[in-house]
Order: sequence, then structure tokens, then C-alpha cells
Amino acid sequence: MDLRYSPAEEQFRTGLRAWLADLLPTLGPKPDPDDWPGRRAYDTAWQRLLAEAGYAGVDWPVEGGGRGASPVEQLIYLEELERAHTPYVGVNFVGLLHAGPTIVAEGTPEQRARYLPPILRGDEVWCQGFSEPDAGSDLASLRTTAVRDGDDYVVNGSKIWTSHAEVADFCELLVRTGPHETKHRGISWLIMPMDAPGIEIRPLRTIAGSTEFAELFLDGVRVPVANRVGEENDGWRVTMVTLSFERGTAFVGELLQSMELLHSLRQVNARRVADGGPDLTVAVGRLGAELDALWALTRRNVSQAARTGVPGIGGSVFKLAFSELRQRLGELGTELAGRAALVWDELDGLPVSASAGGPGNGVLVDTWVNGFSRTIAAGTSQIQRNIVAERILGLPKG
Amino acid sequence: MDFELTSEQVALAELVRAIVAGRFGLERLRRHEGTPNVVEPDDWAALGEAGVFSLTLPEADGGVGLGLADAAVVFTELGRGLVPGPLVASHQAGALTGVADLAGAADGTTVVGSIRRPGPGAGDPPLVMVEHLESLDALVVVDPAGLALVDPGALDADDATRPLDPLTPMARVRALPPGEPIADAEGAATWVRDEQILTGALCAGIAAATCDLAVNYAKGRQQFGRPIGSFQAIKHLCADMLVRAEVARAAVEAAAVTVDQPEVGDPLRAAAGGALLAAEAAVANAESCIQVHGGMGFTWEVPVHLYLMRARVLASSLGPAPQLAAEVAARY
Repeated sequence: MDLRYSPAEEQFRTGLRAWLADLLPTLGPKPDPDDWPGRRAYDTAWQRLLAEAGYAGVDWPVEGGGRGASPVEQLIYLEELERAHTPYVGVNFVGLLHAGPTIVAEGTPEQRARYLPPILRGDEVWCQGFSEPDAGSDLASLRTTAVRDGDDYVVNGSKIWTSHAEVADFCELLVRTGPHETKHRGISWLIMPMDAPGIEIRPLRTIAGSTEFAELFLDGVRVPVANRVGEENDGWRVTMVTLSFERGTAFVGELLQSMELLHSLRQVNARRVADGGPDLTVAVGRLGAELDALWALTRRNVSQAARTGVPGIGGSVFKLAFSELRQRLGELGTELAGRAALVWDELDGLPVSASAGGPGNGVLVDTWVNGFSRTIAAGTSQIQRNIVAERILGLPKG
Repeated sequence: MDFELTSEQVALAELVRAIVAGRFGLERLRRHEGTPNVVEPDDWAALGEAGVFSLTLPEADGGVGLGLADAAVVFTELGRGLVPGPLVASHQAGALTGVADLAGAADGTTVVGSIRRPGPGAGDPPLVMVEHLESLDALVVVDPAGLALVDPGALDADDATRPLDPLTPMARVRALPPGEPIADAEGAATWVRDEQILTGALCAGIAAATCDLAVNYAKGRQQFGRPIGSFQAIKHLCADMLVRAEVARAAVEAAAVTVDQPEVGDPLRAAAGGALLAAEAAVANAESCIQVHGGMGFTWEVPVHLYLMRARVLASSLGPAPQLAAEVAARY
């Protein structure tokens, strides 16, 4: 067991750090959270800067146009970006982390040449059409149909939780091409242009008031058969292949951000104790121990990926622990904010105020409210426990 | 950076597992239940001969010359096997080469225990409970100000007739003398740090062992015509056990590596945090293990309770959990 980085890895870090230090002061202000065209422009401009410097698709294989970095370099990359407070991947998320890697692995040479470079350059934005109102945890029961008509599929149905749909150029779409009873064996993976006729986008507002999600209603949308990735009815496997790109780094940014947040909560608590208030040191320390442990587990999972080339069993273990920890971090933050946690507006003159060096009450409210999505999105904690029990522990399917 | 066990560490774990299976089978261990002398000198010497008490001692001093990370791997296996006795204290004592009375600690010819000098809130006179007192040749008293050596045979003590862990005899010591100083505050801090890590490793072993026991039982035990492990209620208990065990092991091993490679982090913060999580994981997993075993888990015959009681003993030896959490917070 060795937690030190090699000279080559340190060199990669140093180069990245120097580039970020020069670049970040030149970036413009972040757009308003609800200004989607503005956010698209901001996020894709950031992606273009990464591409020009050779940092686009760091984890993508070289033949896909990426940097082909090792899992450890990928970890360093994400660590440095978070510590430098760069812009987030934002609207580029689906293209860079999901659709792109899928096309790298399963696309035809023509599909790779057409779709990959614009993702890496930030020229085109993707959204995800997987979940449906009646197919959430049970994704393989999805009902959106695609019926062959000449060189096209005609798609009918609806999708939900489609992030960034309003500003996306393409949608990675899972459709049923076989009979419903075939479940996961009758699904195909399509590239749907978002300007095709018959797509209606309805924004979905979250309990945090944010608008990144949408519902899609698909009414006779024509998608060329040439836009199918993988064989017909083989889309479930195509989707699963993408998971093998995950190297245990999915939550690096949020984990490090959580550690930074806890560090400032510790100072907020100290100020409150100095003022004669109650002491939450034990809660701070407990969360700190857990965050440190999950940082260790992250490095273990990355090490496993580096050794074996495939993601370790640790991903579900990590997600279970971290999603629930993130909720408790939100609870601690709002507890420290007291009645300031009853409003989203940033207030001043408080121990938690940004002006006092604190994270700000609005950030704490946001952390708490958004925490509820963490045990639901990307596999609920209940589904994750089934996965851990069946695939890792080998308990029989019920 | 490669935070997986090296092939040498995997081999080391297998070696210890073989020793545990050969000499410390649970059936044999259980013959000592409730006796004041659980530690047999032959067993202790065998552990010493295998290097268990001299893992981090430099080779020049007759030790194995490994790092604390390797020691954590070994102690995880000892914890998994429920090997009784003052393992951590004897290992720590083995490193104190300058102390004549501890000379036999490293090779297992001297059995060394330890006790924290009671702090505020421990009563007046303070309650002092020493583990394995009858088996001890030397007792190290740990105080933030320094370490001191006490002759265990000279203590005014009463053996408990029913220790909570039947394989960890307990004695109430009426008065703990100041003893002979053997290390200063810095030495005491190092002792506590490494004690947290190695006790954490024992706990991580218990957390893993109880997870395995529960999963195996859930696969075999049939009710309603199917294995109880096919029910989500049981699956989720087991999944939570694995999460606790894996998180605890990662925390303890990272702490040990941080002691060996201090440039990668804060060893004191990592040690306290690892101990906190590992002790909790051991207790919580042993509790869940009893639940998964149902009525059989509440019988004396089925050994699951031994893991829970050992976990309680180990957790208690680390001091109050809020104190460990506060140590982490102070360094966050």
C-alpha cells in the first residue's frame, strides 16, 4: 500500500496546476443558475479551453480523441480542478461522461468521427433519455418504442430526468425495439437529434427550485437507423459497457468539496462556541473521520481500476456511504446556521455568513436540500444495497 | 500511488490466517472461557516467533523491519480470528527496546499489557479495569504526560468472575501506582497513535469476520421455503455491514500508511478517525450479525456473541468515541 505519487504523476499535477493558475483569473463571471443559454455558453467555453490545452476527455482512450490518462492521473486531474475551484463540467456532463465513452466503445468509425470531436471541443451538448415515468429503478421495463420505417425509427413515448434537455443538441436515447416482455433484451441505444420534429420539452422543477431537469414527450420522432449505436435489441449491454469507464472517480469533486465545507463548518462552530453557543465538535469530527475514510476508499477503488482495468466492486459501497454522509453534512450545516437555514437568501452578520469566512447560509440550505437527491439519483440506496448484497456478497436474488 | 495490498502483504495476511487457523481455532480458544488465564505462554511465544510483536522493529534490533501498514494487515487477521490477549500492547512494548523489563516483549516471551491512566470523571477512587492481568509479566500505564511501567504481580486487584468477553479476563485494580517512567509525552503520543491504528485493525477484522458470518448464515438458513438471504430486509443488513467493514478497513490502512509515509497526510488525524470508525463498525456489525442469526445468535453455543463482546472490549480500550471524534475535529 503506497499513497505517494510517482514523479511522472507529480509532474502531471504540477503542469495542470500551473495551467489552471494562469487561466482561472481570466474567466468571466458565472451565469445565473436559471439562464440556460448563458450556462451552455459558459460551460462549453470552459470545455473548449480544456480541449485546447489537451485536458479534454482526460480519461477517454487516445483512439477516441482523449488523453488516455491512467486512473491515477484521472484522480489527480479531478482533485486539482476541484481544489482550484474551476467551473464544473456542467452541460458537458452527459457527453463527456456517458454518451461519448459509449460511442468510443460501441460506435462505428463514422459515428466516432461525427460525434466525438464536438463533445471534446464543447461544440455539442448531449442529454440523457433513459428513465421514464414508469421505468425508474426498473429501467429495463422502459416503454418508449422505436418502430422501423424505412431508414428511420419512429419513436413514441416519454422520458424523465433529462438534464440540460433545453440546450442539448443530441440525446442518448434508450428505446424498446423488441416486445415489452423481452425487458432488457429488447432495448436499443439511439442518438436522437434534439431538433427533430415531435420532441416536446417540459422543464421539471426540483425541490431545490432548480431547473436542470426536464421531461421529454416524443411523438412520432424520426431517428435514422444509422444513429443506432450497437446492434438492435443490444442497447442494454451497450449501456452497461459504459459503466466500465467508471474508475471509482465519480464523486471526487463532491467529496473534496465536502471536506472543504466541513473545514469551514468547524470554524463556524468554533466561533459559535466562543460566543457561548452549543458545541458540535463531536459531530464535526465524526463527519471528518468518515470523509477521510471515503477519500481513502476512493484511492483504493482507483488503485483497483489501475491494476485490473475494470472498476472495482467499491463503487456501490462508496456511493452508499457517501450519499448518506452528504445528507448528514447538510443536516450539520443547517443546524449550525440555525434560523438562517429557513431562507435561501444569503444573510450577512452571522457566524455562517460568507463575509465572516463561512460557507454562507444559502450554501448550507442548498447542501441540505440537494442531499435528498443523492440517495435517489444514479441508483437509489435501496437498489445499491441489492447490488452490493447480490453482486458482491453473493446473496441469492429474491 | 497504489492503495491496494502488495503481493507481500497478501502473503503476510495468508500466513497469519494459517497460524490463526492452526493454533487459535475457536473451539480450542473457547476451552479457556471464563478462566483468568486465557493467554497460554506457548501460544504467545509462537506469535512472537512468527514476528507478530516485532513487525515494525528494525531488523538491526532483531525485528521484522516492516512498516505499520504491514502490521495493520497482520492485526486485521488477528482480529478476524478473535485471537485473545494483549496483542497491541505487546507489539507496542516490543518497539521500546531501551527498557530492560520489556526485553522479551518482541519475541513473545514476555506478555505485556497496558492501561490508560484514568482521567477526570472516572470516579474517586477511579475505576481501573485491567485486561488479562493474571497473564501479564509487565503492565504499561499510558498517560498523556508519558508512559510508566508497573509490576502487575504487585497490584491489589480482584478478578472479575464474569467478564463480558469470556476470552478477555478483567481485573479491578484498587490503586494504580505511578510506576517507573519509561517514555515522555512524545513517546506516549506515539504509543496512543499506533495503539489506535492496530486496535482499529483488530476491529476492522471483526467487522469483516461478522459480515462474512452473517452472509454465510443468510445463504444457508431456509425459511418460507427459501434462503433468508434472498429477502431484501436481510440483504440490506448485510450490505450495510460490508459498507462499514470496507470503509473502516480503508480508514485504518490509510492511517497506517500515513504513519509510514507522513508526507501524504496527518497521521494523528487519520489514526483517531480510523479507530473511531473501526470500533463502531466492529460493534455495529457484530450486533447485526446476531440479528441475522436470529434465535441462534442469542445462544452461548453459536460464537457470534464473542465477536460483539470483543468489539466492546477493544472499543473501550480506545477511550470514549466522542473524544476520538474531537481529536479528528481539532485537526480538520
